[in-house]
Amino acid sequence: MTETFISWGMDPNWAWGVATVAGILLIALPLMLAVAMIIYADRKIWAAMALRRGPNVVGPFGLLQSFADGLKVFLQETIIPTGANRGLFLIAPIITFTVALMAWAVIPFNSGAVLADINVGLLYILAISSLGVYGVVLSGWASNSKYPFFSAMRAAAQMISYEVSIGFILVGVVLYADSFNLNEIIKAQQGHGLGIVNAFGFNLLLFPLAVIFLIASLAETARAPFDLTEAESELVAGYQTEYSSMSFALFWLGEYANVLLMATLNAILFWGGWLPPLNIDLIPWFDIPGIVWLFAKILFFFFIFSWVKATVPRYRYDQLMRLGWKIFLPISLIWIFLISGWLMLTRYS
Amino acid sequence: MIPFIAFYLFATIVIASAAMVIFARNPVHSVMWLILAFFNAAGLMLLAGAEFIAMLLVIVYVGAVAVLFLFVVMMLNIDFAELRAGFVRYLPLGALVAIILVAELIFALGAWSAGGVDLAARAAPAVTDKSNIQQIGELLYTRYIFLFEAAGIVLLVAMIGAIVLTHRQRGGVRIQNISSQNQRRPQDATRLVDPGVGQGMEL
Repeated sequence: MTETFISWGMDPNWAWGVATVAGILLIALPLMLAVAMIIYADRKIWAAMALRRGPNVVGPFGLLQSFADGLKVFLQETIIPTGANRGLFLIAPIITFTVALMAWAVIPFNSGAVLADINVGLLYILAISSLGVYGVVLSGWASNSKYPFFSAMRAAAQMISYEVSIGFILVGVVLYADSFNLNEIIKAQQGHGLGIVNAFGFNLLLFPLAVIFLIASLAETARAPFDLTEAESELVAGYQTEYSSMSFALFWLGEYANVLLMATLNAILFWGGWLPPLNIDLIPWFDIPGIVWLFAKILFFFFIFSWVKATVPRYRYDQLMRLGWKIFLPISLIWIFLISGWLMLTRYS
Repeated sequence: MIPFIAFYLFATIVIASAAMVIFARNPVHSVMWLILAFFNAAGLMLLAGAEFIAMLLVIVYVGAVAVLFLFVVMMLNIDFAELRAGFVRYLPLGALVAIILVAELIFALGAWSAGGVDLAARAAPAVTDKSNIQQIGELLYTRYIFLFEAAGIVLLVAMIGAIVLTHRQRGGVRIQNISSQNQRRPQDATRLVDPGVGQGMEL
């Protein structure tokens, strides 16, 4: 994009700056729109699964419901509890929201369509997503209230536990792709399954990791059945209990941006990202822009997320910890040995 | 120009937030300043071209160590006024540590500028087209493999030590046995009876 601005007769330094800002806006604004529409989709899917109608009043088919909610929240008064720690109370939702947006910088939407094409892209995502826990922990502490504090404690333990196995799963993928760059990881998946299928997920060694990653990403975003941080039967609304108006909306937006990010990571790491599903030239697969394939995959994984939320009952906290530490961690550790052994045998011998 | 501005921005924030770690009255605020310092240190690493180290700094220190710090500090509810009560009493010891540190720093810098022991190690590493991760990996798994494995063993021992220290067997606790729960079938647990009127039933 920088070249375009230079060709318009701009100074190279300025062109770089303008191009970067334009890139950020090109990702952030559609993302916000996508979050608004995905909240609507989420509510419609739950409604359909519960044989209800869901939002259907504002706009055609209720499509404008999220914008109406946003406007309502925007016009409300921000209430700060007297005992709250003012600064941290207000910073916490901002951290959640900012961190949820930051990770999108390295997501490739098509071959070369990345804001920051860095060679440690996957590590960057791991680093940024590990920051997400601070928003929750700080909001819980700064609210100076019992239930948010419990929620913060739960969130801290839960996110650290599942990040460990997510990290090991990513190592498996990186070993296969031979790169930390997300674009390279996608390119390594071209024709991975017998030269026909463009996905790591169809590799028998990597398929179990894909399943574990999907479940762990549910836990990492604190979605049902792992939404113990906002378990309404025990903790009112968890860490969001004391929040109102825009500060509440920022949590809401950040949470859904994170869900979209996790769906995107599932699509990119195991199911071929912007590549078409099959590596056959007979059908004009490759003429369809990669971004369409990526969005289709994201929507598919988002549908799985809300499907799970509508059908699976919530875990108990000790069961959650058992699943993370006693099942996922050993399996992902063993799988690293298996994968590296297999690669030493086939690729590097 | 941009790296220049970025360096001074990051460096200033690192030093300022490191100072705020000490001066903040609230321990939770201290931890937050510490996190900011880590984060900007990672920025400095990025400027130095060590993107792998920068990411590891954020993942390990900000993502894990500082979260546990915050966890503990939040739960302890430390009264800082009480901690400061002993300030004068501990001042000589603190001053001694500070003087030793400053002396070592001056000594090290003097030795470095006077020409260190190994001149080759001071030279800037040759720029290759290999990425950071590859270079570190190659060094770690070939030249420093024994040190690397020794570090691994030290960590393993520390981990086992922590588990042994905190693990205790409590009697009289009913532990959930997941596999036996999963093996339970309806016919083991339920019984269909048809009691007569007024007879009740035995359980």
